[in-house]
Amino acid sequence: MDYAVEVSGLVKKYGDFAAVNDISFAVNPGEIFAFLGPNGAGKSTTIKMLTTLLQPTSGRMEINGYDPVTQQDEVRKSFGIVFQDPSLDDELTAYENMEFHGVLYGVAKETREGRIKELLGIVELTDRKDNLVKSFSGGMKRRLEIARGLLHHPKVFFLDEPTQGLDPQTRNHIWDYIKNLSKKEGITIFFTTHYMEEAEKVAQRVAVIDHGKIVTTGSPAELMTQTESATLEEAFLKLTGHEIREEEAGAVDRMRAARRMWRH
Amino acid sequence: MNAIYILWLRQIKRYLRSRSRIIGSLGQPLLFLVALGFGLGPTFAKAGQGSYLQFLAPGIIAMSVLFTALFSGIEIIWDRQFGFLKETLVAPVPRWQIMFGRTLGGATVATLQGLIVFLITLVIGFRPQSLAHIISAFIVTILIALLFTGLGTAIASLLDDMQGFQLIMNFLIMPIFFLSGALFPLTGLPDVLTKIISVNPLAYGVDGLRASLSNTGVFGLSLDLLVLILVTCAIVASGSYLFSKIQI
Repeated sequence: MDYAVEVSGLVKKYGDFAAVNDISFAVNPGEIFAFLGPNGAGKSTTIKMLTTLLQPTSGRMEINGYDPVTQQDEVRKSFGIVFQDPSLDDELTAYENMEFHGVLYGVAKETREGRIKELLGIVELTDRKDNLVKSFSGGMKRRLEIARGLLHHPKVFFLDEPTQGLDPQTRNHIWDYIKNLSKKEGITIFFTTHYMEEAEKVAQRVAVIDHGKIVTTGSPAELMTQTESATLEEAFLKLTGHEIREEEAGAVDRMRAARRMWRH
Repeated sequence: MNAIYILWLRQIKRYLRSRSRIIGSLGQPLLFLVALGFGLGPTFAKAGQGSYLQFLAPGIIAMSVLFTALFSGIEIIWDRQFGFLKETLVAPVPRWQIMFGRTLGGATVATLQGLIVFLITLVIGFRPQSLAHIISAFIVTILIALLFTGLGTAIASLLDDMQGFQLIMNFLIMPIFFLSGALFPLTGLPDVLTKIISVNPLAYGVDGLRASLSNTGVFGLSLDLLVLILVTCAIVASGSYLFSKIQI
């Protein structure tokens, strides 16, 4: 059978350091798949390679049957993504952000308008569509990003920590949207999160990555049985250890901190 | 083509919506015009060079275009990690189109900024030699804007974060401005300075504006235009190349 996402022997090295060290996994079409791991485990690096933002050192990847290295355009058309950091334009309105995305992805004007309306309705932002995004709360921005990522009918939807920093109400809401959309449109969901109870509730299958290697894959129930744990969080800690990962602040983290200082 | 247009449109919308930024960025040129124009005016006149304001105005217009253009290019550093650029980099659009749309947008904004400063100089007392020459001044302005937006983009594509920004500010932007002849006449300078100025693309921009607006150019308008066009093409091309190599 054909997988929605297929990775084999994927490696990304920075000098001697292997951020992603020979990982292999596959995601079935229509599946909700959680990619879990402590900080610095290699989650974001993997997503960047899958989404054509970063070139792998070696290994093979396929998204909907296309190779992100050699068939960038086909791959880009076939996935949607919500990044870890907000990537909306604050100075544009919600509608303009959607429209911009539609134009970039070549969605024809007639279908675009209807689709934007429909998606804004689903994430309950219809009455805010002409407001500038900078007036939005964190949760509203996330909802808009989810709607935007789905505008061009992607087959695979990547969500990099989509609920980070949101309150439980908003988090539940967002997962409801995502689950509904995945069911309604048959989209494959590939997400990362640090909230284990979310992964336990939402994901059909989970892969745990640590130190650039896949530790295990399986359904949340399988992982809990395998490690004799009552919760996925417990299973996760048994698999990856209790030690706190000291990540060196990279360029992005420094800028994230600077941005927090300047914009709030 | 649609991608280029929508990226251009985005820059324009952002500019028109940030009124405080527009007004804020007019403070510096205004200060230069008033403080230097009127402050050094008597000395300049005593040296037999005529009206300093008349001489200075094209230089200040070039300055505001330079700063606006470079900053809108360098803004990509921010955009690349957080904003919108990441969203455009995963879109099925060739990188050069993204770079091109942004550069056109940034250059349009810088040109508008130059136009506003031009209007301010008129209010303060600057008088262009003739209306017909305003057209060539406009073309020179567009070229300066394109050149330095492209340069900003190229630099931003090479930088990882804002750490190197101060360095660029002090060792690139400031020298480009101060060593362009925007503030002083190019005649009778020490040899070294003349040589440095002759390889500074902004010098040709300033000179082109002077040739058009106050007929005080020294290189000749056709040489100015030729240099600006060639350098702009080279920089936009290398900017496109560097931009297409960005990995996040």
